[in-house]
This record gives sequence, structure tokens and C-alpha cells, in this order.
Amino acid sequence: MKQAPQKIWKVITASSVGTMIEWYDFYIFGMLAKTISIQFFPEGNPTAALLSTLAVFAAGFIVRPFGALFFGRLGDLIGRKYTFLLTLVLMGGSTFLIGFVPGYKTIGMAAPALVLILRLIQGLALGGEYGGAATYVAEHAPENKRGLYTSWIQTTATLGLFVALTVILLVKLNMSDIDFNAEWGGWRYPFWISILLVLISIYIRLKMKESPLFIKLKEEKKTSLNPLKESFSNKNNFKMVLLALFGAVMGQGVIWYTGQFYAQNFLETKCNIEFEQSRTILLWAIAFATPFFIFFGWLSDKIGRKWIMLLGMLLGILTFRPIFGTFLKNSSTQNLVIIAENPVLQTTSFLFPDSITTTKTKVVFNNGMGAVQLKSDTTSSLDFVDSNIPQSRSAIIYTDKQLSNSMYWKFVGLVFLLIFYVTMAYGPIAAFLVELFPTKIRYTSMSLPYHIGNGVFGGMVPFIGLLLTTTFPSDPLVGLWYPIGIAALCFVIGLIYLQNKIDKNVND
Amino acid sequence: MKSIKKYLGIVWLLLAPIIIYLLIQGALDNINLAGKKDINNPVIWIIIIAIFTPIAVGLMIFGWYAFKNEYSHLPESSKEIED
Repeated sequence: MKQAPQKIWKVITASSVGTMIEWYDFYIFGMLAKTISIQFFPEGNPTAALLSTLAVFAAGFIVRPFGALFFGRLGDLIGRKYTFLLTLVLMGGSTFLIGFVPGYKTIGMAAPALVLILRLIQGLALGGEYGGAATYVAEHAPENKRGLYTSWIQTTATLGLFVALTVILLVKLNMSDIDFNAEWGGWRYPFWISILLVLISIYIRLKMKESPLFIKLKEEKKTSLNPLKESFSNKNNFKMVLLALFGAVMGQGVIWYTGQFYAQNFLETKCNIEFEQSRTILLWAIAFATPFFIFFGWLSDKIGRKWIMLLGMLLGILTFRPIFGTFLKNSSTQNLVIIAENPVLQTTSFLFPDSITTTKTKVVFNNGMGAVQLKSDTTSSLDFVDSNIPQSRSAIIYTDKQLSNSMYWKFVGLVFLLIFYVTMAYGPIAAFLVELFPTKIRYTSMSLPYHIGNGVFGGMVPFIGLLLTTTFPSDPLVGLWYPIGIAALCFVIGLIYLQNKIDKNVND
Repeated sequence: MKSIKKYLGIVWLLLAPIIIYLLIQGALDNINLAGKKDINNPVIWIIIIAIFTPIAVGLMIFGWYAFKNEYSHLPESSKEIED
């Protein structure tokens, strides 16, 4: 399928920008989850808690794969262009509207109910977007550049994360926490900004033509009449769907999630690194690693897709624990000496029989790391009565750690490595999936394994991590065994069952 | 390689019920209506078991196909898939 260079870049731009915006829309909800839960899902209300659970879990786990089936079928029936235009409108519209839903304080239970509905529409739209964009670009690409051109689609998930982080960080740094978290505060700006991005993308996509391969099928009256049935009840195709899921996408999904979301969450909650540093570390790492999506897409056109994807998984399997262990070790305050301290606040509260004095102090350690020290001294009046001497118990925790300059860049380097693995596992996968399935059921067949692999297996990383940490509390890295195990299983299946062949002809 | 593909199929076949068992056991051990963590929440467990059960069945089917030598030759063209 030869295209003029100018035209193929229009195709890539129109597809990639829209897909990136969809990822942005999906991520801002997750990144602002804490503020959103305060505004819409107040604690202590069991119905609101149920709706909150559904908004977080159902949108990713159930609705994304369902969206893949629904829009995949539509894309194979009416065409790629109008289907992924529809997903963009649904995603942009629902994101924009979330920004306008009044809080629970104003409209009560209608607030969480509306947010849940809009979040489910987001999940549905995301499920339909990726398969369409990847298929659309691949069906315009020449056979020797399919990996390279579709790799632009592969950058969009990471770039969507990058833009979401940047917008939230910029808004948050330009106002106080109170202004940001207010009912109509700054947290809504990222949702409103979305509509501008979506309108631009809709305008670009409207000007695009349908995929030439789909037009050809339509002219020959060879489009599928029932893509779902042909995808999943035809044994020859269904076995390829299963192979794609268990031999490639399942492992890629956990590598992706661990390298980006889990890493940032780990830095913030386990290493207690302050808000701005934990985010800028990820932003730098993404900026440095993103070009490698293109590089590995290009390389996959030369040497095949299989070994690049599997090597990305293998590196994750072998180095996740050492890398996350280094994060913990290097952010630990054990054996460090405080060389400067500046008390900022002292409060005393009484809770019979105890009086608790909390001292907040900014400290600097001898390795250059800064932190906020929270020291609580508890004095029990009962202990005093028993022994005639007041018994005081102290507890010290360090939060909002600020890494020294050299340690900061070391962490950037380590997160870069994690995202580098993502670029290997994820960069060539669109071309790999496109080549696995025939044109007339391609959208349906590739969308489902993609969203199960990424939405379900990837999305389970924090939940299973928490489950493992609760079951085996002595090992702070135990949560990593889930992504390591899934990636290892996928690596073995991929190694044994996948071919490294590049399909020259995707026109059939 | 052909026989490795075939006999590993049994492993995938057996792995699927083990995964379902572990999930159900995990749910029974951790569901706690008074608890505040995600793993104490029965709704989340219901969603996860409901979505993972068909995936585990898919792994069993994958194992069965592997055992029946369905993956000894992968299709070279779409015609082979559609036939």
C-alpha cells in the first residue's frame, strides 16, 4: 500500500493526536482520583463508595474490553474512520462534562451517579479508539514501514500521560491547595482543556479519508457481516486472538503499567518523595524514553517484532526488583545524619489518657536529601500515675522527601530504564497485532486482546500488589511478583509459540 | 519444538483452574465489610473474578489447542484463517 509521504504523515498525525488526547482524557481522571473522590464520592456514604469502586474498577476492567468489542465490530462493519471519530467525540464529550458536574455537596447522589456514567463512557470510548487508530495507520503503511509508522500510535499512551502530568502540575503549581481542591477549583481545568484538544482533533480527523483497504473490501462486498462471530467462533482466528493475548499483550500490559504508573506511585507512597519531584522524575524519563518507541518500531521492520517485544519483557523480569529496591534504599533515611533542621509547626492534642505533641520540622541529611520530619511525642497520664514519672513515647516519620540533585538524576535514569523496557515491549505491538488478523475482522480481533492485556492484566498491578503486600508484609517489594510472574508466563508462551515473521501482505 | 508446544499445552490447561482457585481463595480470605482497603471490598472481588474467569477459560482453550497441535503451524495468510 504505497502512499505519498505527505499523505502518510497526515494519516499518522490525525490518528496519533486523537489517540493521545483520548489517553490524556482517561488519565486525568485517574491522576485526580483523590480530589474527585472528595468532591463526588464522600467517605461514610456506602452508595457513594460503591459508585466510586465501579468508576475506578468497572471502567478499566469491564467497559474497556466491552468497548473494544462494540467499536471493533462497528469499525469492521461501517469503517475505521467514522468509528474512531465517534470514540473521540464520546471521550472528549464525557471528559468535558465531568468538569461541569457539581459536587456532592450541591446535588447529592446525582453527582457520583453522573460521574460514574461519564467515566463508563470514557472507558467504552477508549476501548474502541486504539484498534481503530492502529489499523487505520497500518492499512496506509507500506509493508517495510508498518512497524515504524504504527509506532507513532504507540507513543500516544505515554505522551497522553506526559501531557496529563504536565497540565495537572502546571495548574497545581499556580494556585494554593485550597483553590485547587475547591468544588469549582483548579482540578476542573484539565477536564475543560480537553474540549479544545478534542475539537482540533475532530477537525483533523473529519478531513481524513477511509482506509484504502476497507474501501477495497467494501467495493468488493467482502466486508464482514458479523465480525464478532467471525472473530471468535472461527477457530482459526480465535486461536490467534488467544495467542496474541497470552503470548504478547498480557506481558506487555504489565510491563507498561509497572514502568509508568506503579513506578510513580511507588516513589510517592513507598519512598515518600514529594509531589513535584515524584512527577518531574517521570516527566523527564518519559521525555528521554519516548523516541525509543519509534526506534523499536523501525527496528522491528528490519529484524521482526517478536524478539524486541520479548527482550523488553525479559529485562523487566530480571531487573524490576533490583531497580525498585534501589529506589527504596536510596530514599531511606536509615543511617543518615541530620545536618540542618528548621522547626515549622508544633501542635498538641489531648485524647485521654494521652497528650500528643506533633512537631513538624524541615530537615536536611548529610547526603543532601531534604525531608519533612513529623515527630509525635505521646505522654500518657495513666503511665504517670503508675510510675510517678511521665512516660513519653516518640515516633518519627519522614515525608515529602526531596532528593539531592545527583540522586534525583539517578532516579530519572532508573525510571527511564523502566520506560525503555516499555518502548521495547509496546513499540512494535501494533504492527504485530495488525499482521495477525485479516482486514475484514482486524479491528474487532486486535482490539479485544489489546484491552484485556492492558486494561485487565495491566490494571490489576496495584490491586494484586496490595494483595501480596498484605499477605506477605515483610517484603516491601513483594507486589512486583505479579508483573514479574505475568511477564514471565507471557515470555515463555511468546518464546515458544510466536513466529518472528513479518507479514508482507496485510491487504487480505 | 513441536512436542514442547504440545505438552506445554497441558501446563496451560492446568494453570487456568489454579488461577481461578487462587482468586476465589483470595476473595474469601480478604473480603471484610469492616475493612477499608481495596482488597477488603467484595464488589471489587466480584468484578475481578467475573472478568478473570472467562480469561482463565481462554487460557484453558489455548492449552487445549496447543495440546491438539493447533499451533504447530501458524497461518501464513488470511485465507488460512478464514477457511
